[in-house]
Amino acid sequence: MSTNGTITPSTLSVKDLPWQILWDKDKCTLCGRCTSVCPVNAIELGVFRKRIIETPLGLEETPGNVYKVFYGIRQKTDPAYACVGCAMCNLVCPNDAIIPCRSDEADKLRFHINRGGQPRRRGGRRNVDYSLLDQIKFTRISMLTDPALDAGRHEFELRTLLGRVLPPEEDLKLLKEEGWTPPVREIYPLMIGAMSFGALSPNMWEGLQMGIAYLNEELGMPVRMCTGEGGCPPRLLRSRFLKYVILQIASGYFGWDEIIHALPEMKEDPCAIEIKYGQGAKPGDGGLLMWYKVNKLIASIRGVPQGVSLPSPPTHQTKYSIEEAVAKMIQSMYMAWGFRVPVYPKISGTSTALAVLNNLTRNPYAAGLAIDGEDGGTGAAYNVSMNHMGHPIASNIRDCYLNLVKLGKQNEIPLFAGGGIGKHGNLAANAAALIMLGASGVQIGKYIMQAAAGCLGSESDRCNICNIGLCPKGITSQDPRLYRRLDPEKVAERVVDVFLAFDTELKKIVAPLGRSTSLPIGMSDALGINDKNIADRLQIKYVV
Amino acid sequence: MCRLFALTSEEPQSPMLAINALDVMREGHDGSGVGIFMTDLAGPFEDMKKQPILSGIFSNAGLRKLDTFMMEKGFMTKYKTSIRVPKAPPPGVPKRDTYLIRAYEYPEEWEQLTESEIRDRLLLIRLQLRQMGEETGDMIVFSFWPDVIMIKEIGDPLTVAEYLGLDREDFKARIILAQGRQNTNYAINLYACHPFFIQGIATMTNGENTAFVPIKEFLMSRGFPGYIGYQSDSEVFTHILHYTLFKLGLDIKAYKHIITPLQDEDLEKHPSGYFLKRLKHSCRRLIIDGPNVVIGCLPDKTLFMVHDRKKLRPGVVGGKPGFYVFSSEMCALDAIVPDRDKTKDFQPMYIDTAFVGPDRQEVNICRQTEPLHLPH
Repeated sequence: MSTNGTITPSTLSVKDLPWQILWDKDKCTLCGRCTSVCPVNAIELGVFRKRIIETPLGLEETPGNVYKVFYGIRQKTDPAYACVGCAMCNLVCPNDAIIPCRSDEADKLRFHINRGGQPRRRGGRRNVDYSLLDQIKFTRISMLTDPALDAGRHEFELRTLLGRVLPPEEDLKLLKEEGWTPPVREIYPLMIGAMSFGALSPNMWEGLQMGIAYLNEELGMPVRMCTGEGGCPPRLLRSRFLKYVILQIASGYFGWDEIIHALPEMKEDPCAIEIKYGQGAKPGDGGLLMWYKVNKLIASIRGVPQGVSLPSPPTHQTKYSIEEAVAKMIQSMYMAWGFRVPVYPKISGTSTALAVLNNLTRNPYAAGLAIDGEDGGTGAAYNVSMNHMGHPIASNIRDCYLNLVKLGKQNEIPLFAGGGIGKHGNLAANAAALIMLGASGVQIGKYIMQAAAGCLGSESDRCNICNIGLCPKGITSQDPRLYRRLDPEKVAERVVDVFLAFDTELKKIVAPLGRSTSLPIGMSDALGINDKNIADRLQIKYVV
Repeated sequence: MCRLFALTSEEPQSPMLAINALDVMREGHDGSGVGIFMTDLAGPFEDMKKQPILSGIFSNAGLRKLDTFMMEKGFMTKYKTSIRVPKAPPPGVPKRDTYLIRAYEYPEEWEQLTESEIRDRLLLIRLQLRQMGEETGDMIVFSFWPDVIMIKEIGDPLTVAEYLGLDREDFKARIILAQGRQNTNYAINLYACHPFFIQGIATMTNGENTAFVPIKEFLMSRGFPGYIGYQSDSEVFTHILHYTLFKLGLDIKAYKHIITPLQDEDLEKHPSGYFLKRLKHSCRRLIIDGPNVVIGCLPDKTLFMVHDRKKLRPGVVGGKPGFYVFSSEMCALDAIVPDRDKTKDFQPMYIDTAFVGPDRQEVNICRQTEPLHLPH
């Protein structure tokens, strides 16, 4: 900018941006791959004019200067084109000549990404690096008092139950009377949580489904995946693989026309039905599939016109009270599959979770409760919802579990925890901690995107552009030019890798605690933390 | 680790026999305590099989409290045996005023009560006494039940037994359970000493129960007054058995299916697979996960032994018709019944329940893979 140029309040320098592109002129081959791959067009060809002073020796020639032109990369400073730090430029550069670097101070861009009065929306999860789950240690190690179990050689049965488990007396009575008992599924305690067909690209979805099918059919691991709110591809609905799928119904009811019509043709019952009332990443806000991603395929599965944004309402519009919502919705879903399929609600972490839970305990059909904590991820949400709304998962799950203990209904209504599990890669440790706090199982979303498909997003606000369909890895894009980068077969392989590695790690945690024949749900005596307040709050040991 | 020894005999036996067996196994226990359970009593108690016997340790003040309390409830002392101890206890054994074993006559108004009402009332009285004693520590109550005597004390088993003079002629029983060690995982407390007793059921366990906390939480939330205590992680084994027999109406053969259910592939082939799968799901919270052997006695005087799912602890049953021994170590069996047919010794494996019925004629083995017949 020239010295007398115009500046506006939103005129930023490169320094003001969160990510600065470092470019090495000497290494650059000017191939142009970086500019073409950049999902947000943050860089462009730069033509630079440079003055070179020439001072010859001797007196005959007088010193002078020449102007030369050279070509390279220029980073845009317009807020609409600010670099998101995805580093795809670095990935494609043949000479490692370019890399984005995080600014050394808080950026100024954040004050300007609400142009047109539209607050920032993005994908990813809460931009906070802290994880309480990582601080929890497993301190009750069996050694001399009892031999530790062998994670590699002993038999393990680390399954969990999804469905309403009756008290033993009642179950035996109904068994004798041949009465109806709620359906219960025995599943793997690590589930792939709700990510919709639409939020994810077709290749990503296919890869996940293939991975799940392989885990079930070849490795005998009953892993389940939830569809999210976006329906389910018609062929999957009519296939035997439906039994590995948890169908989600949420406030937009997207895709349910297709599901209801497929009912008579279903070869298998789905694993379960999840009714979404809330989501950890954006509590009190509905799903938000933005128009960029609503192409022909998505539109037809969801039963909507193409190219329109699909904001689901924050609540189910037909309900006005919790009792009604729980009773009507759960029971009618049961009815749709002849009372053979467990139906459970999912809520976002909240201090009102106990009220919901207490209600469920009085409804004999409620098959569980999934709680999604504040660190949950999403494909699209308002930044403010993501960063500031919600309840941490650890105390929410713990309170709910202890409340069930008080009622004598622990594990009768299984609790499933989600939100920030494996945020720093410690998937098995985080999952085991939540299980020992009282969860019957855990749900992951962001982790599987990172581990199985190479998602670049991070809590330092890297990438996080899932909402506009420009995912540079093709995970959350509906643009075939982008999602063809993702090979579904390779995603499936990685899903299998993730679950097998998790299984071994989980055994490495529970075996030294002397557990192997049942999942250590609520085994809180094994947990410790080096913070007295947290220890007191979670009723676990304070260890230093 | 605890050493466990139990015997069932047609001829009444002195508890010293069991204590000697514990002494044979002393390499394996630290001599920190002893617990004895006796039933099918002989001697003076032979003729009062129906009258409840109170066993416990009382201070003089506690004894006065007890007398007032029992009078108010309408219980009259029918018989008491006195354990006279030397003035100075041996090193490591605390000084006590009274080791009480006293049989009572039921109050008149109890005559109309059904068996289960009596069962529950006896339990409540024991719990009340225990609670009264907990404030000052002047009353420690182990059992209040017909035909049952329990003694527990801190110290080396043989030393304690000699100090208490348990080798008396008039102090014998046909079933004796003995355990030699104080609990070490938690605070030293007589209520943490095995065997544990509830409504005619006694069990003792060695090894750690790693699923203790969730199981304890489940039992305590059943709303049954007897499911309290848990100063030891082994007490839940007794209560799970009680829950199996009295709350679920199942028998000892189902006990192992509850604490260590079969894995899914075995259940699929099992003739009672559907029932067992349901049982596994609804009783999931009672699955134990430790290395344990459980030896116990049922209300009908059947002795049994079961192991954890991986059989991480030893345990052997042997003897001859009329006299059988359940022991955590082979050496105790060898010492007590050297003349038995050793080829008939049985070491239960991970799916076995071994039991000797009240007729004491043979060791019965029930495998988890066999069909489970439900009691009607």
